[in-house]
Amino acid sequence: MLQLSGNKIHTEIPLSALVDLRMGDAAILDHIELPTDDARRLMELGFLPGSRITAGFSAPGGDPRVFQVDGSEIALRHTTARHLKVRFESSGKGRGKR
Amino acid sequence: MSDCHDCHSCGSTSVAELPRPAAVRTVALVGPPNSGKTTLFNRLTGLRQKVANFPGVTVEQHTGVAEFPDGRAVSIIDLPGIYSLQPRSEDEHVAFDVLHGKRAGTPKPEAVLLVLDSTNLARHLMLAAPILALGLPTLIILNMADDLRNRGGKLDLKKLSKELGAPVALISARGGQGIGEVFDFLAGTMAKPSPTLLPILQDVPKCREWAGAVGSKAGYRAPIAPKWTRRLDSVFLHPVAGPVIFLLIVVGVIRTIFMAAQPISDAAQAIIASSGNWLASALPKSPLSSLAIDGVWKGVGNVLVFLPQVLLLFLFIGILEDSGYLARAALIADRTMARVGLQGKSFIPLLSAYGCAVPAIMATRTIENKRDRIATILIAPFMTCSARLPVYALLIAAFIPNRNFIGSIITAQVAALLGLYLLGFVAAVVTARLLKSSVLKSVQAPFLLEMPSYRWPTFQSLGLRLLDRSKVFLRRAGTVILLVTVILWIATYLPYSGGKPLIENSLAGTVGRTIEPIIKPLGFNWKIGIGLITSLAARETIISTLGLIYGMDPESEGMQLQKALHQDLSTGGAFALLIFFAFAMQCMSTVAVVRRETGGWTWPILQFTYMGALAYAGAFIAFHVIH
Repeated sequence: MLQLSGNKIHTEIPLSALVDLRMGDAAILDHIELPTDDARRLMELGFLPGSRITAGFSAPGGDPRVFQVDGSEIALRHTTARHLKVRFESSGKGRGKR
Repeated sequence: MSDCHDCHSCGSTSVAELPRPAAVRTVALVGPPNSGKTTLFNRLTGLRQKVANFPGVTVEQHTGVAEFPDGRAVSIIDLPGIYSLQPRSEDEHVAFDVLHGKRAGTPKPEAVLLVLDSTNLARHLMLAAPILALGLPTLIILNMADDLRNRGGKLDLKKLSKELGAPVALISARGGQGIGEVFDFLAGTMAKPSPTLLPILQDVPKCREWAGAVGSKAGYRAPIAPKWTRRLDSVFLHPVAGPVIFLLIVVGVIRTIFMAAQPISDAAQAIIASSGNWLASALPKSPLSSLAIDGVWKGVGNVLVFLPQVLLLFLFIGILEDSGYLARAALIADRTMARVGLQGKSFIPLLSAYGCAVPAIMATRTIENKRDRIATILIAPFMTCSARLPVYALLIAAFIPNRNFIGSIITAQVAALLGLYLLGFVAAVVTARLLKSSVLKSVQAPFLLEMPSYRWPTFQSLGLRLLDRSKVFLRRAGTVILLVTVILWIATYLPYSGGKPLIENSLAGTVGRTIEPIIKPLGFNWKIGIGLITSLAARETIISTLGLIYGMDPESEGMQLQKALHQDLSTGGAFALLIFFAFAMQCMSTVAVVRRETGGWTWPILQFTYMGALAYAGAFIAFHVIH
């Protein structure tokens, strides 16, 4: 159910970062640009390449934001979410950079 | 009940000293954070827990005993919450070491209880791989069965058990369903898991794939998203309403602590004063009766009357934590944390420092970054701990009039208490800023905070917390505070020459008068000076000290403590004393734990000096401004 791979539409859509997601947006994680240990920790919490991430509520001001991933809700700061590169789902209204 | 009919797996079991209740087996309780592990631990062991146990996060190992109806028992170690067995933070090191039998002083567990959240099984099953790889007898406990059912999830337990090669139990630790199966496992033969094909443990995606495959083979259907959690979050994390509610909760908690518990404490103080007077007239006058009445009854008794405040504080902390709101509060406050250069992980230890700095400092072990950890340790004692609460409550009730400040909701007394909590927080934040922009600069580690679903706190868990805190409070009063008070009582009798000296001329009085010149600029006299010295052991000791001194001084003998204080403190002096207590590091346990956790005397000495200087300066300013 959750092992979406989504590698069909791989090349056409430019990557954005998780931080660009607004509340309610969903995207597929492509890769994490962080040191191995930090990336591992994120992966243990469900941030695995290919997984679908939905942006949820945030603290006032938008940082940190809660993300729904793999059945859990995890809050990340902008400084971290910036390094998680995602693809918007083809049907989604990907906004790219703000 | 022989010692080793089932010891085929244990090479070096230490045989328990008492042969009769059978060799006590040791079982480790393992699970990810938010899996309900601690709830299960409480459910299994009840009151039979070893209390090295403090509020806040499970960091120290808690051990407890689960007893069977037939009298046999199993010792259970509650390990810190972990997502994997890769040791990185100190928390994970502890779990790793215990499970591998490498932790000195802790017996290697003979079996493992692995607690997983059944509503998020696919991800939580990832932890099953490294645990099963240990080869120890393991029971996989799927917790929160009630949530799973209510939200339309399901799974086939038999198939899951077959896939994992280990027994599986579906339980609800909160409701108590299925607990019998856990006891059955503990009482049973504890068979080793049959070998299954496990993924390469270092490869997280492979582990997740394995977990997903095991879940789908067992027909796992994930429950739908928790509706109520979303609904509540749309209020609690609302950009405007969220912070307002956050503030209302803080104000509400402090107001309730003061307004609801103060009358009880006031009444208790009056009872102590009048019964003390009655006792004094009933008993023959002797040094021994003076020790009993002035030292124990009026001294320690005056500390004990603050138990209602302390319990109310812990009740609120417990409700906020168990309901899941604390994680939202951490999210809302994270901006402030980030601005002073601290990571989100510092927030939880700092919150628990509102209870007590000692477990808070131990909870910093979850912070992997050394510099961040030291910065958090250094600022934790600024948070208004529960030992300051009795001192604040006493001085505020005695010196601040009970009149409206902002309407009738925030009276002047409530405002003063709020202000003191705020003052400690500001001091912490400013200090953190100073440290993080100078000696303890570091690269930011990613901030990860799991938002648990909202749940109703259970009476059992809240009750256990309160019982636990009462024990800690009473033990402090019965040991440290009593001891210091008795030593002080002796010091008021020395030098003994046929009769008791005047209190000013006694050893205690001499010491107080020696430091009087130093503290005079703060508006304190020698009596307060004695209190400042004894409160170095523990903050509340100043209350027992003053209770004792006033009890022995003929001028204030029969008075209630609040009234007697007015002889020695002006309003300015009272404010100065409050501010002194807000800043100073008057707690031997904290100094000791900082030394242990930072591995030397450098940081605790620096911290003690810094906080002391701040306390002196703050009190000086307060006295001269208000004077």
